Amino acid sequence: MKRFSLAIQGWLLILPALSVLMVFTHWPALATFIDSFYSTPKGRRPSRFVGLSNYEQMLSDPVFWKAAINNLIFVAGTVPLSIALALIMALWVNDKLKGRTALRMAFFTPTILPMIAVANIWLFFFTPQYGLLEQITGLFGAPSWPWLGSDKTALFCVIIVAVWKEAGFFMIFYLAALQQISPTLGEAASLEGASRWTFFRRVQWPLLMPTTLFILINAMINGFRLVDHVFVLTHGGPDNSSTLLLYYIYEVGFKYWDTAYAATLTTVLLATLALIAAIQYGILERRVHYR
Amino acid sequence: MTQDFTPHRRQVLGGLGALAAGTALGTPALAQGASEISFFYPVAVGGPITKLIDGFAEGFQKDNPGLAVKPIYAGSYQDTIVKALTAHKSGTPPVTSVLLSTDMFTLIDEEAIVPFDDFIKTDDDKAWLKSFYPAFMENSQTGGKTWGIPFQRSTIVLYWNKEAFKEAGLDPEKPPQTWDEMTAFAQKLTKRDANGNVTQWGVQIPSSGFPYWLFQGLTTPAGAVLMNPAGTEVYFDKPEVTTALQYWIDLATKHKVHPPGIVEWGTTPKDFFERKVAMIWTTTGNLTNVRNNAKFPFGVAMLPAQKRRGSPTGGGNFYIFKKAKRAEQEAAFKFIKWITTAERAAQWGIDTGYVAVRPDSWDTPAMKKYVADFPQAAVARDQLPVSVAELSTHDNQRVTKALNDALQAALTGTKPAATALKDAQTEATRILKDYK
Amino acid sequence: MERQDPYQPHGLALTLETIGAWLLALIWILPLAYAVWTAFHPPEFSTRFVLDAPLTLDNFRRALDAAPFARYALNTFLLVTTILAGQLILCTLAAYGFARYDFPGSGLLFALVLAQLMIMPDVLIVENYRTMSRLGLVDTIPAMALPYMASAFGIFLLRQTFKTVPVELDDAARVEGASALQILWRIYIPLAKPVYLAYALVSVSHHWNNFLWPLIITNSVEARPLTVGLQIFASTDQGIDWSIICAATLLSAAPLIIGFLLFQRQFVQSFMRAGIR
Repeated sequence: MKRFSLAIQGWLLILPALSVLMVFTHWPALATFIDSFYSTPKGRRPSRFVGLSNYEQMLSDPVFWKAAINNLIFVAGTVPLSIALALIMALWVNDKLKGRTALRMAFFTPTILPMIAVANIWLFFFTPQYGLLEQITGLFGAPSWPWLGSDKTALFCVIIVAVWKEAGFFMIFYLAALQQISPTLGEAASLEGASRWTFFRRVQWPLLMPTTLFILINAMINGFRLVDHVFVLTHGGPDNSSTLLLYYIYEVGFKYWDTAYAATLTTVLLATLALIAAIQYGILERRVHYR
Repeated sequence: MTQDFTPHRRQVLGGLGALAAGTALGTPALAQGASEISFFYPVAVGGPITKLIDGFAEGFQKDNPGLAVKPIYAGSYQDTIVKALTAHKSGTPPVTSVLLSTDMFTLIDEEAIVPFDDFIKTDDDKAWLKSFYPAFMENSQTGGKTWGIPFQRSTIVLYWNKEAFKEAGLDPEKPPQTWDEMTAFAQKLTKRDANGNVTQWGVQIPSSGFPYWLFQGLTTPAGAVLMNPAGTEVYFDKPEVTTALQYWIDLATKHKVHPPGIVEWGTTPKDFFERKVAMIWTTTGNLTNVRNNAKFPFGVAMLPAQKRRGSPTGGGNFYIFKKAKRAEQEAAFKFIKWITTAERAAQWGIDTGYVAVRPDSWDTPAMKKYVADFPQAAVARDQLPVSVAELSTHDNQRVTKALNDALQAALTGTKPAATALKDAQTEATRILKDYK
Repeated sequence: MERQDPYQPHGLALTLETIGAWLLALIWILPLAYAVWTAFHPPEFSTRFVLDAPLTLDNFRRALDAAPFARYALNTFLLVTTILAGQLILCTLAAYGFARYDFPGSGLLFALVLAQLMIMPDVLIVENYRTMSRLGLVDTIPAMALPYMASAFGIFLLRQTFKTVPVELDDAARVEGASALQILWRIYIPLAKPVYLAYALVSVSHHWNNFLWPLIITNSVEARPLTVGLQIFASTDQGIDWSIICAATLLSAAPLIIGFLLFQRQFVQSFMRAGIR
């Protein structure tokens, strides 16, 4: 009886949040999944069941593959870079440097600034000739280059802006974790004559592992979500060279109004993310339990 | 399926009802009469425009007691159509909206709009429908029906820096008349420093976002037509189209008078103000911007000719939404007719820099005075007789995207012009086969 | 607490590290610095950085003229507080349920909650718009807030924190006859205060800058938040006017920047005490 009443209590506690999630996340996501097996309704032609044909269309869609590959490059570029920078920033502002409060502020500003507006500022930085970047490289006589207007560098620029946006946010988590490491560990290590690098590699890094995994999940997911700046910087161009999956979904859904195909792409993206998260969450939970 | 979730929704409402009631400040306190016309308007030109539109709404209300227009500012054209079609799909669209003229086929295919023919009753109505420039109506009519009414329309023109012309030994009052002249002028206008780095380009045609539109400023003079009026066929792989694209590529790679790669549309006016380029192609809608910000005398010219002259039109039309009530549609029609009289079209053109959409607007005293003070404003009008419809087909954004990708691939050198255009043609034909 | 960290760098190492940190910070602050420069100078200096450029407030005047920023700011404030209030209540209850109650299906439910971490609300817009119009909430602040009120991130974070609270405290309180909600209120919430503050910072800065959903679901000045108001300057039809964009950016981000400046010490400390991992 007590067990039963506890279960009821547990359910009641979770119910409000779960209802909101059901109505605004799960139900629409399920509807999206179902839509992916139907054709897009177009005026006189109502939507009808088409089985897997939207998925077949996707497999033969070169833009989808381009977006998928770009997205992998984007993830491979942003995730390690932003995590590494976040860690370096955290280690730095954890030391007693001059003006570390100001440094923390500086690293954190990207989180507070609205991406839409900031992307326009980055657009100026990347503008050939009089943009900030080329005003600086121009001093050294470097030739001009269309940073956003070339298929060789557009995706690279999009990655840079994402790393800038993310690293400072992740720094906060590392900083918090570093502060929790007991100072006695440092004293003990130094008594044994460990170098700073050894101390980091053998003590700090393993202790930061749960944080790293938490950040990793968020960074991976953001690697598929962060597209606001693409709208301003490149529109996915030139010739799709900086298109990302979510940007392509927006195009298919809200420019082509091909809702069924957008639903198909969304389903694939959600499945990918679910897989990544499930694997990582499995690891994360185990780590946390072991401690 | 939806039924299953009703209990959940009730619970949500029960649980959050108090909170919702406490913060429901957003509900507009406007009378919900059948006479209120919701009007989505794309503010894509900055702040003062909203004041003009508010002024029109008030003026209309004054002239038509009992009818009220409620402008809703919806961001860029793209934001506005997303908003309008999302609302349409949920059953609550606006009554009327200004959207791109090229969205006509999309809106028809979504069964989102009604033709204006349903509202044309009197001779006065018929005369009004005939009062617009034919070039603007090309993008507003299909299948014998009128689906859009031109409102804020534009076309591409060439802006040139007279000071730069003088420095290069060119006559500052003479813009290039032909492609060959534009190349020759651009060669004289391109300046390099000691290292061979370019400090001022001769000419610049933006190619980010919607390069197909500017490309039409090349294909039209080359003698090509890109699509049929029914919007079911495109002709991207015609030799004239390849010629046009090759000319664009050559400006950058062969003559080296045009910046390489993709040129950003948004920074092009600034490039011009910064004297990084002596001639730019951009919309007439930039006239006021250039007038306010160029620190040097500038000229505005028609696009140079090859086989002929020509430029595409662009910009936005009024549409009336299908799911609105009949009375609301009638009221919206009345508003659209009211706002596009010769005088108001003229005033709108003067205040914004858009091309006044009716020939008789240009005979109004206000417009005559404006043109006398600022003759550059008349260039767009003079170009209208040779202007053509902007590329628009069924599944419009997908077809234009195929062309945009091809253009960008060719301009960045990943594909030769002819191959890129052939690929675009194949893709567009595939997309359009369902509409045949 | 005056212990010396043996790995605190000294001498040359310290100098190098300080230089490195400041260089990186300089790059990181550059967009904001540029926004400040451009907002306070006439448009022709938006690309030219000379010390004798005249100062002006004209860009702010133009931005303020073009949009009712005060109203937008109020709406944004109402929006983020509504979301935050909803999130704090819903997430606290759910996190407590997940952390301390073991009942059939709790694992599955937790997985369902975590699924939200991955689902971008942006791709569910059409469906959510339909729901809002059925509820009659289109163009209201609750409509903008509701889809975000249950946050998987928040539930996850709080659950982790609650799990670190010793169960003995629970049992002791229960023996004294405290109900579940009383225990939550008296023991768990006070202990998790730093986490709440940290979470609030993340939530507020995220929703302050959210754009697409508010744009779609709102029509009127009475409901629209700052970001949607900002958008009218960022559209590139006529070319980009960096001066007015920067002025508008500063206007809309100012409350957040000032708030962070004032409370940054508390925020960082609370993050540290929160032990977020």
